Amino acid sequence: MNAIGWPNWRRLNQEGIVFAIAILLFAAAALGLPGFLAADNLVAIVRSVSVLGILALGMAVVIIGRGIDLSAVAIMAMSVAWYLQLLNTGTSDGLAFVYVLAGVLAIGLLNGFLVAYADVPAIFVTLATGSFVFGYVRSQLITQDAVPVPGGHWVELLGGVRFLDIPVEVFVFAGLAFLVFLFLRYTKWGRFIYFAGDNPVAARNIGVPVRPMLVLRYVLSAFVALIAGLLTAASLHSINTRIVNSTLLYDIVLVAVIGGIGLSGGRGGVRNVLVGAALIGILLNAMTIIDIPLLYQNLIKAAILLGAIIVDGIINPRDEQTTQQGDI
Amino acid sequence: MNFRERLQAWRFNLVPDHLVGEILTKRWTDNAIPFLALVATLGVFGSIIPGFFKLTSLQESTRQLGEFSLVVIGVTVVMLGGGIDLSVGSIFALSCFSAVYVFFILEQSIWLALAAALCTGLVFGAINGYLVGYLRLRAFLTTLVTFIFGRALFDILVTTYAADVQLSQASSDVLDFIGDGTFWGLSVSVWLAIILAIVTHIALTRSRPGWHVLAVGGSRRSAHNAGIRVRRTVFMTYVFSGFCASIGGFLIACRLSGAGPGTGLNLEIMALTAAVVGGVSLGGGRGSVVKGLMGAIIVLTMTNGLIRLGYGTGTNQMVLGILLAVAVTIDIRWLKNRHKVLNEVYVAPVYLKMGETQSAAPGSGTSYELDNRLSAADHIGLGELEGPEDVILDRDDHLYCGTRHGEIVRFFAPDYRRSEVFAHIGGFPLGLAFDRDGNLISCVGAMGLYSVSPDREVKRLSAETTRSWTSIVDDARLRDPNDCDIAPDGRIYFTDSTKRYDAHDWALDSIENRATGRLLVYDPKDGSTKTLLDGYRYTNGVCMAHDGKSLFFAESWACRVHRYWLEGPKAGTAECVIRDMPGYPDNINRASDGNYWMAWLGMRTPSFDLSLRHPDMRKRMTRRLPQDEWLFPNINTGGVVKFNEKGGIVEALGDLSGNAHPMVTSMREHKGYLFVGGILNNRIGRYKIEGADPNWTSPASYWGAKA
Repeated sequence: MNAIGWPNWRRLNQEGIVFAIAILLFAAAALGLPGFLAADNLVAIVRSVSVLGILALGMAVVIIGRGIDLSAVAIMAMSVAWYLQLLNTGTSDGLAFVYVLAGVLAIGLLNGFLVAYADVPAIFVTLATGSFVFGYVRSQLITQDAVPVPGGHWVELLGGVRFLDIPVEVFVFAGLAFLVFLFLRYTKWGRFIYFAGDNPVAARNIGVPVRPMLVLRYVLSAFVALIAGLLTAASLHSINTRIVNSTLLYDIVLVAVIGGIGLSGGRGGVRNVLVGAALIGILLNAMTIIDIPLLYQNLIKAAILLGAIIVDGIINPRDEQTTQQGDI
Repeated sequence: MNFRERLQAWRFNLVPDHLVGEILTKRWTDNAIPFLALVATLGVFGSIIPGFFKLTSLQESTRQLGEFSLVVIGVTVVMLGGGIDLSVGSIFALSCFSAVYVFFILEQSIWLALAAALCTGLVFGAINGYLVGYLRLRAFLTTLVTFIFGRALFDILVTTYAADVQLSQASSDVLDFIGDGTFWGLSVSVWLAIILAIVTHIALTRSRPGWHVLAVGGSRRSAHNAGIRVRRTVFMTYVFSGFCASIGGFLIACRLSGAGPGTGLNLEIMALTAAVVGGVSLGGGRGSVVKGLMGAIIVLTMTNGLIRLGYGTGTNQMVLGILLAVAVTIDIRWLKNRHKVLNEVYVAPVYLKMGETQSAAPGSGTSYELDNRLSAADHIGLGELEGPEDVILDRDDHLYCGTRHGEIVRFFAPDYRRSEVFAHIGGFPLGLAFDRDGNLISCVGAMGLYSVSPDREVKRLSAETTRSWTSIVDDARLRDPNDCDIAPDGRIYFTDSTKRYDAHDWALDSIENRATGRLLVYDPKDGSTKTLLDGYRYTNGVCMAHDGKSLFFAESWACRVHRYWLEGPKAGTAECVIRDMPGYPDNINRASDGNYWMAWLGMRTPSFDLSLRHPDMRKRMTRRLPQDEWLFPNINTGGVVKFNEKGGIVEALGDLSGNAHPMVTSMREHKGYLFVGGILNNRIGRYKIEGADPNWTSPASYWGAKA
């Protein structure tokens, strides 16, 4: 597989395997599970992975640049929770949105700054900021775990928008996927992400603005998280901040990694996210139809993620002689 | 001295700037920040929470602290080995459940419950270790996934068995004691944490497996190349972490007599934060159990304190997030910039106003007037030698000198064309002297005082002296032993030029100009080394006076020669006999006519003398300019000076061509010839002294005619 993500069919690769498994699963579910092939259910599958997929797009951009963003779910849930709280307490819509947007961008900038300019490993920065964002918003800005959308607000209306009986988040997911594809594939900045992810030092030596690009990625990721949060609130008519403590974050990493985006950076693209999302969507849907309890679903997902990481480790082995010290 | 200079002198000579650099060289400075944070945390929370330090309140919080510390010790060891373990929360919870299941549901003994808990932890740790150590997966993500896996498993088990545990009738005195009892005022969990901390500390600092962990964490590649089994070592760190977490899990099972959905929640981020806040470095190699424990106390005090102060949901996460981000950033920046900071602040120049001197220029008519006589010297070992700092001849007229390769080379009489390596010592052999039995005593730069017997056996005589009470850098170690001479009673008097710099950094010492040179004595009778005098600006050459009752020693950067009395009314004191010379004195040796030869390694220049009166300028220079643009003492011209017993200058010899002997660090008279060496020279010169006693030799002068 080359850097852009075009498959090399002479060699088996992770994306191909996952895609094949997804098709097999799809076929097996279609044959074995009643109602799986119904149009409603297929829409439900795509819908269920839309938010996950959107978050995974943001994560993918960060991972391709050899980083990771563990604060995505916290930003997603807490920014929207704060936004709704502001609306519920009477702040004007425009002002509230400006506040939230500024907050989201500030966290993205902080992540990027600490990773790029203070040289702190991304996992620690985002782990810390994720914890901080959740703790700060939960303890200082909102009063309860779940914040409802005020009646008649555009977020609520957004949740009801249908086109050809397909809910709006599917279109948002498709549109964002296309935008990210264009960004990664056809813009200078997108190419720079691959360079920086593949070999940061070399990228810096040829004059790529590695550090500003790092900041840009974390800001993008935070912004994507905000969009995902708004869509979640739109479909559920409220946002529950407990989602931060759920396994959603690991599902996002799972979608990106299982689709074949190497954690060592520089590889993969939007198509890998789509493949990963397809597999996870089918899997979750099938498990729900078979009626596997949520706790067991977590166990199964964790096992799959572990398998994906092991396969990733074997396909993209870490080179003992060139690995940087402290790269954990 | 005008007012500005007086201010400068006060500012730079009285304010101990150099201590900052010396403190920064200490590894314990890494501990200082977490320790201060610990004191501050305890102080703040202790003062705003009423009854914080009450015994009952402490008892309850220390019980929790004991369990938490156990987990942190495990995480610390993993981090020291260069990894990270986020699954400790799951291991903790699962071990707790195992113990609960075995005790309450299977109704087995408490010891079996303990075994079950330990087994759970070890197996879970082994899985982590296998994945990260042997399969070399990324530690962070892998343990994150095993954490989710373990958590999911725990949630399933707890929901399935919660009711059964509630209904169980099992009880045990041991369990109650572990959970609630105290032993000498401390709970079992605290005792266990203390014992494990001590054992782990000793293992890490004083045992082979512990060193392997630190080596792997410090540099995986080097550890691998050194033959350490890196993968197995990494594996073992995770097993150990699993073990520690499982003990914690067992303790909480005893304390709460059950397991609930909240058991071990957020423990991983707390433990990670504790280790990092304590100063255990990410990426491994730096840190200690004590640091981990300090971090554990800080984190637990903060989170518990905030709960008791009544702050709501989420405050803990907020505080943990801030703590983690700040601690990680400080850790990374500190590790990265410590050397830079140290380099910047270590050189701390002082003010010195050198006295007016007489000119040494040819034709100036002073007693220091240099001529061109040394340029006529024959050369020995031209092109073969590098850095003969000192030269000496034995009773059989063979010539010895040290080289910068750490060897002592012998040239054979009579023509000195053949040579051999007499002995290899290492370091940079500088001053040489023969003792009564013909052993060659040498001051070896950066190593100490050594003796080479006639049959070439190398023996270390001394590498340290007693440490002074007020020192911050270890001034017991001899950093720059420079020259030695031997008294009639066999005691070896030698100089150690500086306490602050290693031998090869002598130029930095000259720029700093701080008086840290010493005169020491080694007593061969009991092997002891004592410091006689301290506080000279680069003590250098030493020479016993002809009568053996006093010795002369040179103070290079102050251009002075002192006389130290061994006997007589002034015994044990020093007096300055020559001051304000135009050159920087080096080795001093006896001359056949009852006078003394003294080498000049370089000449004073008005510009450097002026810079000595501007310490701020030198400080800026060392910080802002590359080393090859610094102003140094001039060592491109030197010479040889003869002075008499009273300190009067008799004559001066030089090489004005600058070809053969531009700088001289040593000279030795032997049978009418003067043998000349220079530390930066590529030869030894042999100069015929007019009118000198053709039979006089140094060994005979010291130890009498051949027996």
